[in-house]
Amino acid sequence: MKTNDVILQTTTKVVFFIIFLFSIHIFFAGHYTPGGGFVGGLLTTGAIVLLLLAFDLKTVQLALPFNFTVVTAIGLLLALGTAAGAIVFDVPFFTHAFDYFELPLFGKTSLHTAMLFDSGVYLVVVGSAITIIQSIGGDD
Amino acid sequence: MDLIADIIIVLLVVVGIIFTIVTVIGILRLPDAYTRAHAASKSATLGVMSLLLGVFFHFWWNEGHFSIQLLLGIAFLFITSPIGGHLMSRAAYVAGVKPTELTVADDLQEVIEQKRTTAKRNTQED
Repeated sequence: MKTNDVILQTTTKVVFFIIFLFSIHIFFAGHYTPGGGFVGGLLTTGAIVLLLLAFDLKTVQLALPFNFTVVTAIGLLLALGTAAGAIVFDVPFFTHAFDYFELPLFGKTSLHTAMLFDSGVYLVVVGSAITIIQSIGGDD
Repeated sequence: MDLIADIIIVLLVVVGIIFTIVTVIGILRLPDAYTRAHAASKSATLGVMSLLLGVFFHFWWNEGHFSIQLLLGIAFLFITSPIGGHLMSRAAYVAGVKPTELTVADDLQEVIEQKRTTAKRNTQED
């Protein structure tokens, strides 16, 4: 029996962007308020899972043409590279650096290398969770 | 001025709690899945939205913190909660949950049966 998913699909198109923007907010707010790479990654995964629920697997793979195993690998490399970068400056492994910069739109902002590590965590969480869900959900 | 602010905040929170309690009573007392979904998706949405609005005003007026997350939460709940109720009721109907004995009209039944017969005919032709 062909099902009628107009309401679910239309809502998903709106709600996906709310969840995705909130996950980005959580990711960037992680240094000073609750949040960070893990929660942000899981929220992004939740948004993509909502797309998977409303549309079928093929449509979502067409809309997001990433190989999520590669995304996991990039995240791990980014985290390892940030940690290993400390060796170049003759400080212990995993030492992070920060400084204040004058950015055009944000004004005075403190930029940390911990954020690069966090984006590695983010990519690993998104990549592995979506890989798990796609490999369980797709039976063909 | 502070008194008026506090009165508004307390009023919003109390309205939210009352609507949540009404939801619980509705879920316990109503006879079938569809009337319960009606109680749960409407009054729970309004109750939680009113609670969140009270919290939002408290943090804005008394603590001086304008929380955009709470506003986003209110909008999000307003969009998603009725959709959840709709999807659960529809899933219950398609799965064959019978409505209460007091039902007088059921327009969806004809449509669903028509679709079932055409689907069956199509599979037989294949």
